[in-house]
Amino acid sequence: MNNNNKDEKTLTPQQPDSEQILQSAAQEEYKYGFVTDVDTHVIPKGLNEDVVRLISRLKGEPEWLLEFRLKAYRYWLTLKMPTWGHVTLPEIDYQAISYYAAPKKKEDAPKEIDPEVKKTFDKLGIPLEEQMRLSGMAVDAVMDSVSVRTTYREKLAELGVIFCSISEAVKDYPDLVKKYLGSVVPYTDNFFAALNSAVFSDGSFVYIPKGVRCPMELSTYFRINAAETGQFERTLIVADDDAYVSYLEGCTAPMRDENQLHAAIVEIVVEDRAEVKYSTVQNWYPGDKDGRGGIYNLVTKRGLCRGDHSKLSWTQVETGSAITWKYPSCVLRGDYSTGEFYSVALTRNRQEADTGTKMIHLGKHTSSTIVSKGISAGHSQNSYRGMVKIAPKAVNSRNYTQCDSLLLTPTSGAHTFPVIEVGNDSSVVEHEATTSKINEDQIFYCNQRGISTEDAVGLIVNGYAKEVMSKLPMEFAVEAQKLLSISLEGSVG
Amino acid sequence: MLEIKDLRASVEGKEILKGINLTVNAGEVHAIMGPNGSGKSTLSAVLTGNPAFTVTGGSVVFNGKDLLALSPEDRAHEGLFLSFQYPVEIPGVSMVNFMRAAINEKRKYFGEEPLSAADFLKLMREKRSIVQLDNKLASRAVNEGFSGGEKKRNEIFQMAMLEPKLSILDETDSGLDIDALRIVAHGVNTLKTANNASIVITHYQRLLDYIKPDFVHVLYKGRIVMSAGPELALELEEKGYDWIKEMHPEL
Repeated sequence: MNNNNKDEKTLTPQQPDSEQILQSAAQEEYKYGFVTDVDTHVIPKGLNEDVVRLISRLKGEPEWLLEFRLKAYRYWLTLKMPTWGHVTLPEIDYQAISYYAAPKKKEDAPKEIDPEVKKTFDKLGIPLEEQMRLSGMAVDAVMDSVSVRTTYREKLAELGVIFCSISEAVKDYPDLVKKYLGSVVPYTDNFFAALNSAVFSDGSFVYIPKGVRCPMELSTYFRINAAETGQFERTLIVADDDAYVSYLEGCTAPMRDENQLHAAIVEIVVEDRAEVKYSTVQNWYPGDKDGRGGIYNLVTKRGLCRGDHSKLSWTQVETGSAITWKYPSCVLRGDYSTGEFYSVALTRNRQEADTGTKMIHLGKHTSSTIVSKGISAGHSQNSYRGMVKIAPKAVNSRNYTQCDSLLLTPTSGAHTFPVIEVGNDSSVVEHEATTSKINEDQIFYCNQRGISTEDAVGLIVNGYAKEVMSKLPMEFAVEAQKLLSISLEGSVG
Repeated sequence: MLEIKDLRASVEGKEILKGINLTVNAGEVHAIMGPNGSGKSTLSAVLTGNPAFTVTGGSVVFNGKDLLALSPEDRAHEGLFLSFQYPVEIPGVSMVNFMRAAINEKRKYFGEEPLSAADFLKLMREKRSIVQLDNKLASRAVNEGFSGGEKKRNEIFQMAMLEPKLSILDETDSGLDIDALRIVAHGVNTLKTANNASIVITHYQRLLDYIKPDFVHVLYKGRIVMSAGPELALELEEKGYDWIKEMHPEL
């Protein structure tokens, strides 16, 4: 509560001042921190070639994929964990993690979903039942290392749309997977990409055939449940000529005192005149207010705009994870291709985020837009890191970057690390950056209209993030707005 | 409605209000005039609970409640409204969302259900017309990119929406051309009833040609040094403030 200067007789009402509310933003309990009691098959901890072979065998994979994994594993052994991020990532003991955990299926009904698992997704608000109409959202639900259910798969197949877990895709569409897997993010890309390529478990596979506009939002919901495991998601999305798809990704995990690793790869290929919108609302467990526990979210996401006039748009709302380290990027190879990156990253307590994008312009007349909004509260550190590279042959290209930071507390940090390389003189690159603090006058103005300081902060932050939020699909935008406000709620008094 | 007794307040350790006494009854319009730096805006800030100011003594009773014990938002819920001298911009927050939050928080305070979207938009339309605020402004972000006149009209629009018991208009005339002044004054007069009251803080007589006060007070160096009927405003316009200063060499 408010304590005024002791020497002065004070009649100021006892109320938390905005500073305190911002300081404590926020202690709101993490809503998704429960653990599901489900019989889970967890392989022993540790990582070696036998473990890689075991994972491949458990998933019943073909030989070529095992070879891919082993090559990646052997390459990974030669690498050291990178340390250039503006995050304090401790040394990770890769032998202390289990690399595969799957809810067990009942022997008498292997096709049926465990009621506990279903309850989990119900609790998370993720529908695993199909509706009659082909509208709204199709879901691939992933718990720990396996996809437990993909909805609307058959109905989408009637349109030629493939939407399934990547494990199923390996079996059912080996040629497609073989053609595209690792084509955008090779296993040699970086330390975590090599690790993921060796041990990846599940994720989604999407293929939209030529000329098809996918009639519903496709989404994958990632849930970590088992303790002392890592999740190694792998998602591959291909939009063939003139295709369109909007894809959503959501994530949550239980509250635990230990850190857990989520090292994902998302690859996207966009062919001639096709468009992919990829939206993420990332709400992994962020750790407690003292920074105990939480997910290490170390992810490589990249899309290749291979075709002319193709378009890829990344939108991310990042509120979770103890450490977030990722750069959803676009390689603009096709002429007239377009890349977009819209990001809101909110960090509080002891969270750290180092996120941004890379826009690599290779084709002529390519254009890219970057809008990044960082919000730092508590003792958190929030960094934007971005690269805009325009190759000599990418004539008449342009980039617009806007990179804003909002500081809610004096103890938090906001940092920007932009890199711009322009290889020709017919291209135009613009970069705007601002850093601001939340304004006491704005809060008082809201207070005077009857809006509490907490709600005012939520309103102001949502206003600040609006440009990005408006890029999210409708159903997600509402959720994301709530998430931002909830994440800011402090314990009053 | 409002009873201020010996109110003292300071900012950064410097005493600005040095014992204000003022009583406002329902149906009344009070004008507070005075030279620059006399404490006019401090009075409005202290009454509305701006945390930048510290109350060091005195009491304020508002409709039977100890106003100074209430949070700024509860003062607003109880029916106190300030038309700001410098309305604040809140980028990205639409007027619609802002007003909806304000209205619904007030309803919550009185244990009422939130207004439905349809009813709310109807209310917006109705109240907008009072100050001729066009739909485009109402759907833009709060005060962002508004001209000086639009900001002041927007303040009166919010006053119309919230239907306060006591409105404080802090230098609402500053930065207004004559047309905007008329519109704003018309809005204020339209909202006047026998059950509400206003305090009009102004430097000049000009606004009082349009908003007729029942009482005029002169604030000087943190005290109300003179109170009279509307004729006092005319006298001040004519003579300036020097004669008041000369009357109070002790201050």
